[in-house]
Amino acid sequence: MLNIISQIFVWINNAILKMTWLSNLIQAFVENVFGLSIKERLGGSVHFFIYDTIKIFILLSVLIFLISYIQSYFPPERTKKILGNIKGIKGNILGALLGTITPFCSCSSIPIFIGFNSAGLPLGITFSFLISSPLVDLASLLILMSFFGAKIAIAYVVVGLILAVIGGTIIDKLRLEKYVEGYVKEIENVDVEIALLTKQERISYSKEQVKDVFHKVWLYVLIGVGIGAAIHNWIPQSIIETVVGNNNPFAVLLATAVGIPMYADIFGTLPIAEALFGKGVGIGTVLSFMMAVTALSLPSIIMLSKVVKPKLLAIFVAIVSIGIIIIGYLFNAFSFMFV
Amino acid sequence: MIIKVLGSGCSSCKKLEENTRKAVEDLGIEATIEKVTDFKKIMAYGVMKTPALVVEEKVKIMGRVPSADEIKKYL
Repeated sequence: MLNIISQIFVWINNAILKMTWLSNLIQAFVENVFGLSIKERLGGSVHFFIYDTIKIFILLSVLIFLISYIQSYFPPERTKKILGNIKGIKGNILGALLGTITPFCSCSSIPIFIGFNSAGLPLGITFSFLISSPLVDLASLLILMSFFGAKIAIAYVVVGLILAVIGGTIIDKLRLEKYVEGYVKEIENVDVEIALLTKQERISYSKEQVKDVFHKVWLYVLIGVGIGAAIHNWIPQSIIETVVGNNNPFAVLLATAVGIPMYADIFGTLPIAEALFGKGVGIGTVLSFMMAVTALSLPSIIMLSKVVKPKLLAIFVAIVSIGIIIIGYLFNAFSFMFV
Repeated sequence: MIIKVLGSGCSSCKKLEENTRKAVEDLGIEATIEKVTDFKKIMAYGVMKTPALVVEEKVKIMGRVPSADEIKKYL
């Protein structure tokens, strides 16, 4: 019985998330229409480029639509109400979990921060939310499943949540409330009536989200796939191994350091991560890179700098960076469990 | 009718303003449309995700950009 279930799951994973049928289709296309062999460099890159671009765009559209629909039930205003009365580590855990299903864009980090603060939420709970929100979400879970398999995807979500909970708890324990900008504390809490959306409105919202995200990321996806294709077929294995391979004990540090200042969507970093992974780069190194890109971005740090003082901001960035580095090394050390 | 579009200048906020103007035009009603960009004022409505639409001081829509037709229902 279990065997049948796992076989069904593997089939779903291959057909829908990995789209092996698409890969085969594109292979036939490249070989017969362009007359290039997949096994050679040019043919291989063309195949990678076309297949990955189409796969990502399909996944992007379907996932963003489904997830926005779910997320329409969890506007940040509702999260604020839910978290309003909870203290202690339970709050951090709930905050981190809600961060994954609440739609997030860096433009809302200021109002969310101020809103949670004015509602009396402990600083650490707000940060648990702010750490998990960009780092872990339903879209990344499904996308990771598609590219790296279920085990890695679930492990990524779990450690992301743990990082959010621990990070928030540390910030609570360090009693950093005095580093919140003065004016933030003066803003009074207002609970707005959360309108119930009709099914039609949810669908229209989800469609808008797909168009919106597409608009924002299509170029990053193409660039990411381009870099991925280069790594896949053109950059010699030896260079990759030396720079970010498992022979380099600083691979995780490097991957994190490069990822932090980058501002790209997870959809854009995936083809790069996938290509590196295919070249034998450690799973931890690859995940650290993706986490660094998504969890910390220049726009959200700039936004946060408007509501918290430099010391708190620095501590936040440090906690998240160190957490990502530790996670990277752990995943590399335990990669035999996943790969 | 006093309509306020809450948002600090991102493209979806502009789109909401456009759609709102169209809705008002189509319905032919008398309304002033005010753009609120100061986030302290925005937060005073309890709104955490912009853009948002406020009609006669009541928040009708938040966190999304509805079409002009949808907006008409709220006017």
